[in-house]
This record gives sequence, structure tokens and C-alpha cells, in this order.
Amino acid sequence: MAKVELRGVRKSYGPLEVIHGVDARVADGEFIVIVGPSGCGKSTLLRMVAGLETITVGEIAIGDAVVNEREPKDRDIAMVFQNYALYPHMSVYDNMAYGLRIRGMSKAEIDGRVKKAAGILELGPLLERKPRQLSGGQRQRVAMGRAIVREPKVFLFDEPLSNLDAKLRVQMRFEIQKLHRQLGTTSLYVTHDQVEAMTLAQRMIVMNAGRAEQIGTPMEVYEDPATQFVAGFIGSPSMNFLPGKGAGAGKIALEHGGIVHHAAGQVDTGRSVVVGIRPEHLVVADPADAFFAGTVELIEQLGADTLVHVAHGADSSIVRRPHGLQPEPGSTLHVSADPSSVFLFDAASGARLR
Amino acid sequence: MDVSTAPEPKARLPFLARMLRLPHARGAGRREGMVENRPFLTVLTHAVLLLGVAVIAFPVYVTFVASTITAEEVLAAPMPLVPGPHLIENYREALLHGAGNSAAPVWRMMANSMISALVIAIGKIVISLLSAFAIVYFRFPFRMFFFWMIFVTLMLPVEVRILPTYKVVSDLNMLDSYTGLTLPLIASATATFLFRQFFLTIPDELAEAARIDGAGPMRFFWDVVVPMSKTSMAALFVIQFIYGWNQYLWPLIVTTQEDYYTVVIGIKRMIAGGGEASVEWHLVMATAIMAMLPPALVVILMQRWFVKGLVDTEK
Repeated sequence: MAKVELRGVRKSYGPLEVIHGVDARVADGEFIVIVGPSGCGKSTLLRMVAGLETITVGEIAIGDAVVNEREPKDRDIAMVFQNYALYPHMSVYDNMAYGLRIRGMSKAEIDGRVKKAAGILELGPLLERKPRQLSGGQRQRVAMGRAIVREPKVFLFDEPLSNLDAKLRVQMRFEIQKLHRQLGTTSLYVTHDQVEAMTLAQRMIVMNAGRAEQIGTPMEVYEDPATQFVAGFIGSPSMNFLPGKGAGAGKIALEHGGIVHHAAGQVDTGRSVVVGIRPEHLVVADPADAFFAGTVELIEQLGADTLVHVAHGADSSIVRRPHGLQPEPGSTLHVSADPSSVFLFDAASGARLR
Repeated sequence: MDVSTAPEPKARLPFLARMLRLPHARGAGRREGMVENRPFLTVLTHAVLLLGVAVIAFPVYVTFVASTITAEEVLAAPMPLVPGPHLIENYREALLHGAGNSAAPVWRMMANSMISALVIAIGKIVISLLSAFAIVYFRFPFRMFFFWMIFVTLMLPVEVRILPTYKVVSDLNMLDSYTGLTLPLIASATATFLFRQFFLTIPDELAEAARIDGAGPMRFFWDVVVPMSKTSMAALFVIQFIYGWNQYLWPLIVTTQEDYYTVVIGIKRMIAGGGEASVEWHLVMATAIMAMLPPALVVILMQRWFVKGLVDTEK
């Protein structure tokens, strides 16, 4: 086990820079999720930690040693790939033992480690099977087993659950959490799925377009997003954004009519801002107290909740309502929110205004 | 290709049978209460099949018959169509003493053919595996240039480059040697290209997983790439063995000593020169039958692997 540090890490392919300087510290034994939309550079960042991509500028340290120039095998890491990358012609046992054999470990020790990992992952009865005889979830477990037997300092997961169906994903998510509690190995986990990120992470790094927009615990990121991007990316359904302008103390005039009360600091009158309110914070209000009124366009019933899509000028907002309390489509809905749950972002830069 | 998605020959058969309206494929029709019986079509299709088999098998049968009778009987008109009693004696004569102008015994020529075919087939597989591995997994200057150079030679048959090749081989003093017989035929654009295409289907993550596991390039090659290519190698071996065995023009020009004749050349030498009557046809036919056996055996013994290599890549 070890801490991992990224210091001003940049990556360029020729003249094209894809990672624009990422600084992050992963504490010993921490489970960090790197989350972002596809193409944001999160996998590239992970592959740089693994040593599969070179580091253009900056340093990556595992433990106390800078590993920029080290081969993957010398970094003491283990990686789980999205498509599992199991050796198709080797049995489950050999898949797990291969790396240890190359290291010249004794047969007895290999056997002990493989059996132990198989026990943790409940792979015991499958050890003699070939990967193609296994289901997706089992293959995923073998891939994790291959990482565990190495007893590395750091686990790297590259979207390990995205090839599984929804139910299995939830189960494997649970198993990964259990595994981390059991082994306590420092882990870096890449995903594009914000639910996975919220549930697995001790801390998360939200990436966008090659930058780490925010680093923090899931609840910090959810409750106190640093930018409009983070606010919109984390949370499902995503935050409602309504353009408006400063209109005196604690008030924003929305572009399509209505006044939003907020608890953020002073916003100059006339300054363009974006108001962000989460669907779960929007409430139905009396016309007198409402921020704005809109027409109910669409109702999505999810069982426990109902999502009400409200059209408001050219904007559309989602209001999350408890089951059974939905309005009629076409009716007018007056909504408001607690001023403390209203976020403001700069219209041009997307930076949070506090 | 996943095993489960590979088209199984068995699964295709009912469809084929239905197209040909064979009796056992009419289950569906019967369920609907339709009595469909077209014996004429059944007979016709079988007749066509039998005719096809006869056209191909009859010459082989005649060759076999001719190899079991005496030289006089072969030349008699009409030639008998039932095997005679001289089978063992003819084959022993051909094997140990040869026939006609070619004084080399057939066992010697068979051995030469076997050596060349094996060296060519195995050599081609080894060279192509390595060059395809280099082209797919390594980034070196002019990589694509070399690939295209190899690819372009696909378009040139042996016959086109035979003169320059002969010049090179003769300047290197490799005429009348096994090296001369086999080496120029080993370089194979086709096999390199096939292996390259196969390697490209191996996911990159596998190479990366091996790197993280600590396997160097050659270790990855031996432990992962070669075992995964087993079926393709088997398919190529069958094709290249037959290619090597059937070589005619190249062995003909690089060998002048009977010690290095392959059996295909030997047969030609046995019937070359001399009049029609002086050719010992019964021995020539025995040699021809023997020359047919090894390729046929290779196909039969490796059939399962061969088919697997063409339809299934074990991934």
C-alpha cells in the first residue's frame, strides 16, 4: 500500500494537449474515483499512472518514488481493464498465476496466493475453466483476482463495470467496496457513471476536458460543486440551469421571467449568471411565493418519484416529486426552492459564485 | 469470434437440406398438413452429386488400377478396370529402384518432397508469425513501408520472380541443395498478411495486461500470441504443406542432381524422353499414387484443426 501523487501532470499527443495539468494526492489506502464524460482524459490519466502512456510534463509518484521512467511491471500496480483482458487460452488459475510466474515466485507461494484470491472472490470452482466458459460477472472477478494475487501497492480500475448489465453492475459495485474494505489497498477507479462514482468513492476527481474540475468527497461535490460542469455532471437527473441577470440583493431575474432568491454573495445588477437548482430542491409553491411558473410538458414516473418536466420560456426544468403527487400535463406549475439550495455560476466561465 | 456465435456447420445443414428439398427436411411442411414428396428432385440431386464424385474420383481410380497391373496391361486397349495382382511388386519396384529415365528411387524423392514441404510450411509459419508480430506490435521507422513492401509481393507469383531468384540462389551456391529448394519459397506475404489480420483482432488490452504482468515482448509472443494463433497456424500448415509438396517449376530449375529431385519432378522425369512404349506406366502410376498420399493424409489428419482455424479464432 502506498500513497499516489500527481504533480502538474500533462499529456500531449504531438501538438494536441489532452491533459492540462492535474494535481492530486491519493492517501494511503484511499479509494479514489476519477469520473468524467467520455473524452475528458480520465482513462489517459489512469494509464499514465499505470505506465502504459508516457507522461509529457509533470511527475507521478507511487509511495515515495517518482515512477515516470519506470516500466509498468516495476511500478507495483495492478490494473483491471474494461474488457477484462484475460488470456483466452489460459485457465482461470493460469490467468491469475501468470504474472507471479514471470516474477519467478515459487510454485507453493503462487498456489497459496491464487487459492486465497479465489476464496475472496468465490472463484474456487472455476479455477480450471477457460475465460470463454465464464459469464461476464465471473470474468470480471477473474480480472480482479489477477490484480489481487499481485498484492500491489495500488489497484487501477479502468471502467471495470461498463460491460456488465445493470443488475450485475450493482452487485459488483458492492463486491468492489467489500474487497476494498477487506484489503485496504489504495485504489484509483475510472468511470463515466456518476452513480458508480458517488457510491464507490471516498473521494472523487471530477474531470472535464483534460482538467480536474473538483476533487472532494462525493457529498462535498454534490453539495458544493465548484463549477457549473461539476454541478451538472454529478446528480441524476442533473441540475436545472436557468440563465438570468443580477437584480439587486439576493435576487436574480430569470431570462424568461421570474425572480430567484439566493443566499450567495453580492451579484452586480445586470451581471449575466446561470442559476442552478437541483430537481430534488425544486418545490411546488403558491403563485405569490414562486420563483417562476411553467407549463408541465412531460411526466416520467420512476416508481418512488416522479419527474415533472416544466417548460419555462425556452428553458426546461425538471422537478422531482414524490410518487402520486404529479400535476396534469399541460397545466401550469409554480415552483420555488430554498434560497440556500440555489447555486449561481458565472455565465461565461461556469465558475461558481459564492 | 465467440464460439457461440460461430456458424455451426450442423446448424446450416437443415437449411441446405430444405433448399434441396431432401426428405428429412420436410418436417415443417408435414406439420402444416402438406404432403410433399418429390422423389424426382431427390434422385436428380443425388445423381448430380454422384456424377461430380465420379468425374473427380475416376481418374484417381484408373491411376490406382494401373499401378496394380503390368506395363503391357496398361498399354493394352482397353485397359482393364479392375485392380490386378501386382500391387506390392510394383510399389516395391518404384520405391526402391525408381523408373524410366529417373534412376532415383521413389523413397528418396518422397523424402526430398517431405523435407521441402515440411521446411517450407514450418519456415513460412515461423517467419510470417515473427514478421507479423513485428509489424503489429512494434513501432519502428518505415513500419508501414515494410508492410506494404511485403504486401506488394502478394501480387507477384513465383513464376514472375523466378529468374532473379534463380540468379541469387545460384550466386550463393545453393543450387542442388535443400536450402536452395526451400529458402526462396519460405518468404510468404500471404501468411504474414493473414497473421497480421489475426493479430489486429487481439485486443490491445491483452498486450497491456501482459506488460503489467511483467512479460517482455518475446515472452508475450510465446505465452500469449503463439498459443492464440494455434488454429490459424494449423490451417496455414495444411495449405503451405500442400503448396510446398506440389511445387514443380522451382525444384525443376534448381535441381540437376537426382539426389535432390522431389517426387513431383520425379514423375515428370519418368515420363519424359523416350517413346510412348518405353515408359513404365505401371511404376509411374504407383509413384503418382504415393505422391498423392502425404498431402491427403495431412488434410485428413488435420481437418478438424484446419476447419477450426478458418472459422474460429479461439477468443
